[in-house]
Amino acid sequence: MQIIREPKLYDVCIVGSGAGGGMAAKVLAEAGAEVALLEAGTMWDTEKDSKMFAWPYDSPRRGAATQEKPFGEFDGCIGGWDIDGEPYTNAPGTTFDWFRARMLGGRTNHWGRISLRFGPDDFKRRSIDGLGDDWPITYDDLKPYYDKLDQLVGIFGSIENLPNEPDGIFLPPPKPRCYELLVKHACDRLAITCIPSRLSILTRPLNGRHACHYCGECGRGCKVHANFSSPSVLLPPALRTGRLRIVTNAMAREVTTNENGLATGISYVNTQDKREYHVRARIVVLAASACESARLLLNSKSSRFPNGLANASGTVGRYLTDSTGLTVRGYIPKMANGVPHNEDGVGGMHLYVPWWLDNKKLDFPRGYHIELGGGRRGIPSFPFMSNIERYNGVGGYGKTLKSDYRKFWGSVLSFSGRGEMVANDDCYCEIDPRVVDKYGIPVLRFHWKWSEYEIKQAKHMQDTFRGIIHELGGTPLEAMPSQDQFYGLLNGGRIIHEVGTTRMGDDPKTSVVNKNCQAHEVKNLFIADGGPFVSNADKNVTWTILALAMRTSEYIAQERNRLSI
Amino acid sequence: MKPISRRKALQIFGSVPVAAAAIVWTSAETQAAQAQAQAARRQAAERGSPFKPKFFTRHEYATVLVLADLIIPRDERSGSASDAGVPEFMDFMMIDQPVRQTAMRGGLAFIDHLCDARFDKPFIECTDAERRQVLDDLAYPGKVDPAFAHGAAFFGSFRDLTASGFWTSKMGIEDLQYLGNKPVAEWKGCPSEALEHLGVKYEGE
Repeated sequence: MQIIREPKLYDVCIVGSGAGGGMAAKVLAEAGAEVALLEAGTMWDTEKDSKMFAWPYDSPRRGAATQEKPFGEFDGCIGGWDIDGEPYTNAPGTTFDWFRARMLGGRTNHWGRISLRFGPDDFKRRSIDGLGDDWPITYDDLKPYYDKLDQLVGIFGSIENLPNEPDGIFLPPPKPRCYELLVKHACDRLAITCIPSRLSILTRPLNGRHACHYCGECGRGCKVHANFSSPSVLLPPALRTGRLRIVTNAMAREVTTNENGLATGISYVNTQDKREYHVRARIVVLAASACESARLLLNSKSSRFPNGLANASGTVGRYLTDSTGLTVRGYIPKMANGVPHNEDGVGGMHLYVPWWLDNKKLDFPRGYHIELGGGRRGIPSFPFMSNIERYNGVGGYGKTLKSDYRKFWGSVLSFSGRGEMVANDDCYCEIDPRVVDKYGIPVLRFHWKWSEYEIKQAKHMQDTFRGIIHELGGTPLEAMPSQDQFYGLLNGGRIIHEVGTTRMGDDPKTSVVNKNCQAHEVKNLFIADGGPFVSNADKNVTWTILALAMRTSEYIAQERNRLSI
Repeated sequence: MKPISRRKALQIFGSVPVAAAAIVWTSAETQAAQAQAQAARRQAAERGSPFKPKFFTRHEYATVLVLADLIIPRDERSGSASDAGVPEFMDFMMIDQPVRQTAMRGGLAFIDHLCDARFDKPFIECTDAERRQVLDDLAYPGKVDPAFAHGAAFFGSFRDLTASGFWTSKMGIEDLQYLGNKPVAEWKGCPSEALEHLGVKYEGE
């Protein structure tokens, strides 16, 4: 079938409308560029489509998960680890679970709004412990962009002056929930740092957006745009310039190139009519997510680029990392028979635990932070208090059981660790030699192996979380997983913080892009997602994706004006 | 298997809750919820078309109804599992998540098999005392005889599904006194009674 070629030549074609793509669209359209933004998923408008304030009983499913809504049918994110017609494979003996969003705004529709800056140490880990690599940029290079980001998007937090947890320009944090104070007191006794969380949710009106109304369901999508998502914050100003064209249902197949080795645009499959289209652009920005952008490059093969585009180094798809993650829950007797009150608050924790220890004194090299959950926060949902015997010790049925559910509901705390893994040679993605998706595009095959570093870190998480639960007089709901079970470490990809597949560096032999996220081999090709990360700090990656994308886009605008690209 | 008698069927599909007169209601909300449930039943009875399950057979559905209400019965604070629409919810979930079907169908058959062996009749034809005798063998995971392990595993997941159905209903959420999912103009933290219950307070207050 003939490819449908658009006659218009755009200044920039961006692939992906999430954190990186949304930021690139905003900065570049405002700088005067004509921008085409391709999104593989559907149009989605929180004001119309969000299930904010829905009750479980509004649906016969009572909020249970569906294939395209793994976090429950009312969740705002369409996608998941298992998408119909869009497979990926795992090399024998390895497991990596790949989460993708298929909608306007991508995975900014799915996240905890935990917005942590990487600290000065996070850019130079090799210099500190000899593992992995340093970034070619420092915290000081990125700080001005974090500052602008805080003011543009809005974030609450508190000034703490901790060495590797840089403070931002914060809106006031919400008061802690009562169970969070309980945890803080226990942490104080155990010499664990516990401070107000840092979430991109507005506690005051900002830039024409409303302040939060504390319904606690950010994950459903906020109809008043009080939290951050790309369509709530970044795409509207870009659209107001009149220079942004958003193309949804556009599944990118390939970056096209010319005889000079420059990118000429993107060919994509329209997921509705299944036909192939081509968008021409002077500059191409990939922001399709770390693994999806790597896949695009690896699938963009030509005689000039036989290993895929921008991949002479062979590092595209390599250095893949995700955050380590596991959760321990505990029943806290003190919280049983709680006092009824509205404990929803913002859609996330009000307090958290940043990494508080010195790895030089530990048997693993990198840290983790702790996310708190529990109490009477959140709408009772499906599934509800499974395995009641873990709470009441017996199980049972009848009136006694019914009162037990009442007594124990709200009496559980959860502690989720999110830690830094060290990139290793066994964790990467490549093109599967046999399998294609339903559009005929070759799919990714993943390789994954945790090292001793992550497994020891997971043990430390388990011991710490159980220690806090005991300090609170509670009992963990689950037994300690064994070493064979990696102490409960979730599969790679489950924390949805994957980065590193197109890492940045000064040396073209060991990296894909330079410190401006510009491909070493293709000067009009840039990457604006998590791919360029050299290491994955114990901080959720979105805030750094946004800051880097802003920096990259400003660089593009500036170089474009100088006509160097 | 013996057909259910008309009297039993009426009791099971219950257009009139047998024990309704004995219930003491404590709040306007639960009364309203109960009225709603009764109105739905009355309408169904008037239309002559009670809920028709899509997954469960008539016999299975009757078993589900009895079992769910044994797990979550009416009490002074709220109605029963069936008052909250749990059996209808379960039927929906079996279609929505087909992976659950075999375990559900097999589990219900297992319970009937147990009752046939013990009392020579299926579960729904057993007396209340006989039903409780079976449940006592299945409902306490720490004390289950290995001979009943399969029945206990089924009962555990059935109890989970009953709880999910009940506590996510309007009646269940009101019973729990969950007070959120609504806009709040200003977040002031937790009230003093809640803080006192946990023995904590805000700095400077």
